[in-house]
Amino acid sequence: MQEECLLTMRGIVKRFPGVLALNGVDFTLREGEIHALMGENGAGKSTLIKVLTGVYQMDGGEIKVDGKKIVIRSPQDAQDHGISTVYQEITLCPNLTVAENMFIGRENGPMVRRKANEKRADEILNKLGIPARSTQQLGDCSLAVQQMVAIARAVDMQCKVLILDEPTSSLDDKEVQMLFGLMRDLKSRGVGIIFVTHFLEQVYEVSDRITVLRNGELVGEYLTEELPQVQLVSKMIGKELEELSSLGDAEEKNDKDAEVFYEAEGLSSSEAMPFDFTVRKGEVNGFTGLLGSGRSESVRAIFGADKVNGGTVKIKGKPAKITRPIDAMKHGIGYLAEDRKRDGIIAELSVRENIILALQVMNGMFRPISRSESEAFADEYIKVLNIKTASRETPVGSLSGGNQQKVILARWLLTHPDYLILDEPTRGIDVGTKLEIQKLVLKLAEEGVSVTFISSEVEEMLRTCSRLIVMRDRHIVGELTGSDLNQTKVMKTIAGGEAQ
Amino acid sequence: MRKYRSLLLVGLLVVASLFVLTACGKDKGDGKIKIGVVNNPPSESGYREANVKDMEKVFSEANGYDLKTFYSDKNDDQLQAAKGFITDGVDYLLISAAETTGWDDVLKEAKEAGVKVYLFDRKINVSESLYEAAVISDMAKEGETAVNWLLAQNLPEYKVIHIQGAMGSDAQIGRTGALDAQFASGKMKKVVQQTAGWDEAEAKKIVESVINSGEDFNVIYAENDGMAKGAVAALDEAGITHGVDGKVIVIGFDCNKWALRELLAKKWNYDGQCSPFQAQIISDLIKSGKTPANKIIINEEKGFDATTITQSDIDTYGLGE
Amino acid sequence: MKEKMKAFFAAFLRLCKRIGAFFGRVCKNLMDGGMAIPIIALLLLVVFNLIRDPGFFGIGIQHNNDGNVVLAGNIISIINGASELAILAMGMTLVTAACGGQDISVGAAAAIAGSAFVKVLKASSSISGGTVVLAFVCSCIVAMIFAAFNGTLVAVFKIQPMIATLILYTCGRSIAYWINGGATPTVSSPIISGIGSFIPGIPVPTPVIIVAIMTILFGLLFRFTSLRLFTQSVGVNGSAARLNGINSTFIKLLSFIILGVCVSVAGCIGVSRLGLINHETLLIDIEMDAILAVAIGGNSLGGGRFRISGSIIGAYVIQMLTITLYAMRVSSTDVKAYKAIVIILLVVIGSPVVKEKFGKFMTRLVHGRKRVSAKGAEE
Repeated sequence: MQEECLLTMRGIVKRFPGVLALNGVDFTLREGEIHALMGENGAGKSTLIKVLTGVYQMDGGEIKVDGKKIVIRSPQDAQDHGISTVYQEITLCPNLTVAENMFIGRENGPMVRRKANEKRADEILNKLGIPARSTQQLGDCSLAVQQMVAIARAVDMQCKVLILDEPTSSLDDKEVQMLFGLMRDLKSRGVGIIFVTHFLEQVYEVSDRITVLRNGELVGEYLTEELPQVQLVSKMIGKELEELSSLGDAEEKNDKDAEVFYEAEGLSSSEAMPFDFTVRKGEVNGFTGLLGSGRSESVRAIFGADKVNGGTVKIKGKPAKITRPIDAMKHGIGYLAEDRKRDGIIAELSVRENIILALQVMNGMFRPISRSESEAFADEYIKVLNIKTASRETPVGSLSGGNQQKVILARWLLTHPDYLILDEPTRGIDVGTKLEIQKLVLKLAEEGVSVTFISSEVEEMLRTCSRLIVMRDRHIVGELTGSDLNQTKVMKTIAGGEAQ
Repeated sequence: MRKYRSLLLVGLLVVASLFVLTACGKDKGDGKIKIGVVNNPPSESGYREANVKDMEKVFSEANGYDLKTFYSDKNDDQLQAAKGFITDGVDYLLISAAETTGWDDVLKEAKEAGVKVYLFDRKINVSESLYEAAVISDMAKEGETAVNWLLAQNLPEYKVIHIQGAMGSDAQIGRTGALDAQFASGKMKKVVQQTAGWDEAEAKKIVESVINSGEDFNVIYAENDGMAKGAVAALDEAGITHGVDGKVIVIGFDCNKWALRELLAKKWNYDGQCSPFQAQIISDLIKSGKTPANKIIINEEKGFDATTITQSDIDTYGLGE
Repeated sequence: MKEKMKAFFAAFLRLCKRIGAFFGRVCKNLMDGGMAIPIIALLLLVVFNLIRDPGFFGIGIQHNNDGNVVLAGNIISIINGASELAILAMGMTLVTAACGGQDISVGAAAAIAGSAFVKVLKASSSISGGTVVLAFVCSCIVAMIFAAFNGTLVAVFKIQPMIATLILYTCGRSIAYWINGGATPTVSSPIISGIGSFIPGIPVPTPVIIVAIMTILFGLLFRFTSLRLFTQSVGVNGSAARLNGINSTFIKLLSFIILGVCVSVAGCIGVSRLGLINHETLLIDIEMDAILAVAIGGNSLGGGRFRISGSIIGAYVIQMLTITLYAMRVSSTDVKAYKAIVIILLVVIGSPVVKEKFGKFMTRLVHGRKRVSAKGAEE
């Protein structure tokens, strides 16, 4: 047993000012296994990874590689001990070639042996079956291939331990399969892989073992085949599952007779092809389709986020002109953007400032919300949405992903919108928060707010939406309601089986 | 939005091209003496401004000249312009060079083409045979005149605040030398010697700091009028009298009209001048057709005393307005 | 007796640790707030000067040459002399926050504004209060036009602020020269000297009062508009700000125009101090000092969160440093070198690396306290 342990971490403690991020966590990685590290946001996954890769210094505990105790002071140390990491955001240089990216920063001496490097790179790419050429510019490759090049780089550095931090979050299904193929290949070569992800299905597809963390503590280590998915979720969120399943069947609300709130005809923008779309009061609908099918682009056109090119829009039956976000906001439309970091949070500003932002914009420059009022708003929504933050003045960037998302939700809820567009509100956040957001959507609809909900997890959409608009190749190809709302039907429509 | 952007761009271009156009074009006359002047740009200083205006006034069409001018503070541009004037066939080339080196070839070229060269304001490191005459200022003499005037005041003791110009400039070196000699001989006491780099506000700060330290002084020797004005502002705020009947003697340089008026009002004591008026001397030489025996002609420097200055002095010798 | 001594000693030690921990927390809070650097720098300079010359900060009351009772002394020189810098630093803070870059043309623009001010004053036969107001308004408009030019390049054409303002930095003083007709015009009037030095009956230099007024105006601006929130949002994350309905082009342009007003005020003060406009030397090199004041004030030069008060203190730090060096008779050619050394120190101390180390140290102090108190409970 002992000799096949590649990496053991014992009693790891990491303390941040005011927070105990890791409290005596154990973790073991064996040779040739894929080990999923699971937990909600804030459970301590990334802290553990960062301790292992030398980004953070641990305050207690010990790390052994191949049975030998080691000290990791910097990412370089980690690399020297054969621990490599591929992060969620690709950290390579898109304007360099594949070969340059694979060998950058590890030249021996000042000379760069370009030819030799390219040959070596091609060998590795071939060996791992990565569809890229060494002389290609990295930026020209698809995201998945870029991800794989990052892995190839790690592998070539003779890594024994490979850490994949959310590697699949920006990949589509086919690309995920390619990545999994590569992971299995590496596994057969004896590399130990630590796999961090939010996608439960992927865990079950590829991993051998699962370690679950919660609130900085170890919950346990399990063999994947012995731990049913439901059990895993309950261990992650520390609750039993009745609550989860109660949400299972969304009330089949029939709101076909409700009044129409929003109506677009031939709406198009610089990014979206012309489309027609209607929203009824209090309905939850959704846009679905593969990445790049135009679902995000369409809702952005509704909000005026891109340059609107044409089409007519009516709100509550009256013609309306929406060319800029502020126009949409004035008509009671809110939009939670797909990319939380880029288009959502104002990271350096406090939770309070982030919450009042949209309302303040609607009030205009000369009617500022007073300090006490804004504090009251912030406190209210921190409580209502159960936002976990040290205080309302904490910079929102230091919150976990799920809580950041809640802050943005609070921002829009505060404007009391009639129609809320949520583009991927549940991406990259933990299971518990996902459920909370789904519940909130249904509650809003009950209160008469219309919601458009986009998620790459079809199941989630089936649970919340009463109508699904299916897109393919930037066109609407179908609309599903009632009994048609099931996984098979959706998949068929997306794939284009409907046409025949 | 995009439409406005391009409109804006067009607007900017039009404004820019207008600037370029106005900088072009001048006519030539015939039967007149053709003069080419290569000088530093008038924006360089009040001195240069007066110098340029004086040239334009003296070498006017009414006086029988056809004047072409080129202003730059870059030696290479000046060399190009001088070559251009020679090919244009000017009769006389007048040069105030940006740098003292690199002029041999051009002056030889001029000599071969029969163009007579006069240097003004600044000398160039070339053989004297290459030019007719050099009408220049002797900066050191300017300082000496001022210091001699100061010595003639027969103060029981000299405690001097010395505010220098930008270090290394000709004016600073010339105006500092004579005073440094006095400091070295012990005849005058150096309270503080600081450069304000021609900056009025900086000069005020320097004097303020001496006042705040409580140290005594009775002379302010500022190497230009602006800095003298800054120094005086510090005195005024501290309630220290200055000028003819005051506690502190104020010395400035350049003879700006406004500074000379301060002299006339007896608020300052002395203003020295580095004369920018070389055009008349050169014009006289050209018209007489004679080559002076001594090729270096030192332009007469003026210095004004508050007790003797008159309004007509201001009108004649004052710079600016 | 011995035991008593022991107990007393232990209590004393605990007290010391507690005091240490308290200051640790205070420092840490300040550090997190970003105000530590300017305040510590200011305190160090004060202490240094008090050791060097205990009378350095003495304030005297005396009559000036116009017969007014006025305050005088180094501290007045510092506060008075930093006025233009402080005002420019305020505007610069806003531009930095909104655009993530700096306007390096403020000195040149101030020369233009000052020239316009003098031009209007000279155009009228006699200088009355009305003329001065008119001249100031004209100079303000001129400065705002040039600021709008800079702002348009930055906000509409998306040119890097330093590059965009390089244009005016290069040609601004030539434009001022052109306005002045090549000379260094002077104006003399009791009103002008009142603005530049002292108003009869008020012993505080007028520029200091103007800084106070500007500070209050900025305070009111942030109190009665949501400019602070919008500017910070645009500076931190322009894309998100846009999707929340903020017109970031307008906010950036506005920040430049507000800086334009500051430039005009600073230029007019500079001119009024001596009643003379020298386009070559008016507020020369002040752009670098203004940017430094912003940096010393704990503001990120990359934009985002900002604190105007920090920049104002930064301006006074720079000025106190200059005056201290002058008082030490350091040659003014060397002053720049000394200033550079001090500023390197300040910037290094303010860097994230040092901050983190310092933060760890403070955490240990605070934790040290906790351990002690835990022991105390056991006893």
